[in-house]
Amino acid sequence: MTTLDITLPHPRTSAFTILLRNALVWRKLLGPSLAFSFGEPVIYLLGLGYGLGQFIGEVNGVPYFTFLASGLLAASAMNVASFEGMFSVFTRMTHQQTYDAILATPVQVDDIVAGETLWCASKSVLNTLPILLVATLLGAIQSWSALGAIPVFFLVGLCFAGPAIVAAAFAPSYDFFNYYTTLLITPMFIFSGVFYPVATLPAAAQVIVNILPLSHAIALIRPLVAGTPLTEPLLHVGILLAYAVVGYVAATVFIRRRLIR
Amino acid sequence: MSETAPDPVIVARGLTKHFGGRQAVRGIDLDVPRGGCFGFLGPNGAGKTTTLRMILGQSPLTAGTLTVLGLPVPAGIREIRARTGVVPQADNQDPDFTVVENLRMYARYFGLKPAQVADRIEELLGFLELGDRKDAKMRELSGGMKRRLSIARALINDPELIMLDEPTTGLDPQVRHLIWTRLRKLKAAGKTLLLTTHYMDEAERLCDQLVVIDRGKIITQGSPQGLIREHIEPHVIEVQGEGSTVLPVFDGMPGVRVLSVGETHYCYAQELSPVLARLETTPRLQYTHRVANLEDVFLKLTGHELRE
Repeated sequence: MTTLDITLPHPRTSAFTILLRNALVWRKLLGPSLAFSFGEPVIYLLGLGYGLGQFIGEVNGVPYFTFLASGLLAASAMNVASFEGMFSVFTRMTHQQTYDAILATPVQVDDIVAGETLWCASKSVLNTLPILLVATLLGAIQSWSALGAIPVFFLVGLCFAGPAIVAAAFAPSYDFFNYYTTLLITPMFIFSGVFYPVATLPAAAQVIVNILPLSHAIALIRPLVAGTPLTEPLLHVGILLAYAVVGYVAATVFIRRRLIR
Repeated sequence: MSETAPDPVIVARGLTKHFGGRQAVRGIDLDVPRGGCFGFLGPNGAGKTTTLRMILGQSPLTAGTLTVLGLPVPAGIREIRARTGVVPQADNQDPDFTVVENLRMYARYFGLKPAQVADRIEELLGFLELGDRKDAKMRELSGGMKRRLSIARALINDPELIMLDEPTTGLDPQVRHLIWTRLRKLKAAGKTLLLTTHYMDEAERLCDQLVVIDRGKIITQGSPQGLIREHIEPHVIEVQGEGSTVLPVFDGMPGVRVLSVGETHYCYAQELSPVLARLETTPRLQYTHRVANLEDVFLKLTGHELRE
């Protein structure tokens, strides 16, 4: 085992070349990519939104359809970045040997990780926008302020990119990502307020949920979609940014160890 | 031992790499002169690829010093890579891009925009006979085409130094000959080629200088013909048959050395006629006489476990 190189990341503009590469590949695989990100949230929205919406009516003064749509948008941004950071990064690192090819050029590991992080966030926006569009067409969006959710999708993508890339850096195979998905992504999806307010959980559970990032993503996106006032926006943005920064630095350190050995 | 050209492309002193307890490279000294083809020969696992990775800054040195194109590793690695082309052992093109898209994207990693490399891409596709395949997807290419694309990609930045890691492994004879012809053209154009291979015929055809690496150490170096002269007797007679039948034939012959690999016995001799005279007197032995080649050197130096 080589020792960890824990110097701070120093990416260069080549990071944008990595971003471009991924965007060009994304454009080629647009259909499957969107179907994967788009299908499940829209099914949830239609099935639960219409179905449960009939019984629930409003939650905290917001129609349930709108409540659910805003939660699903946040969860989509989380899922897109997480799956890109885990599966796609792992594929490029191992099976495709894309990074090996790139590391024979002046592009360096820090540029790759910065580019991948930016790409995860960009893809969160690109693949969540169609859901926002469908939600709008179905009448779930209450205000033009929903446009303000778009940069939040990017921030949520940044926040989940780093930890997912760290998982990829440690993964011996794709099966390893089951741990990450089952232990982190799925519990956050169920407990962080996508389907019901966090306040309904027991106090101890609320503490845990409020440490995890998805509840803060929802706390920003939901008022923007519903057209209600934001509460403590700087706190939520700050927590998401903190995850983004720590995750990005950790991703750089551990991908270095994986690639430069 | 080897003479150092005035402007060597690679200088290594005491180059060492350990992976945990495993010593992959154990103190290598190298002087790769500018121009021509320099070969790294050795069995699988000898440390060839690890050495290439160190030269590219993809593997930190455990000990020793390394200078490439006059720049220190790792401090100068970005400029070193900007002036180097790499043909990896396994093809690693982007599977989602076409041939020409792969080349364009790779150029961007060197900071070259598509417009700047449009002519160069046409030229490279012609050079490697891929002109009619420019819009093909990766899954439509044969192994030989992918390898040629790897070589084209390695040339996109017009490198001074080209590193090829087993460039013809797994390819059919036609493609191997095509690649050899192109590599000779690159040599003639003044490029420095660094080639790893375990094919002795490839090394003999292409390399001006080579080192034989085994178990992480250089065990000999020189030109292919020089090494053959240095290590191998002028005559090689290959005899087929059971050791118990064949080996007594050469008993008590001065200037004769026998190396047995299974049922094949390589008889290395200073003088040909005494050996042939003995063989003539022994009935039913199949033998062939040939000139010494690099494989003989390789077997002599690395084939320890096969020696009787």
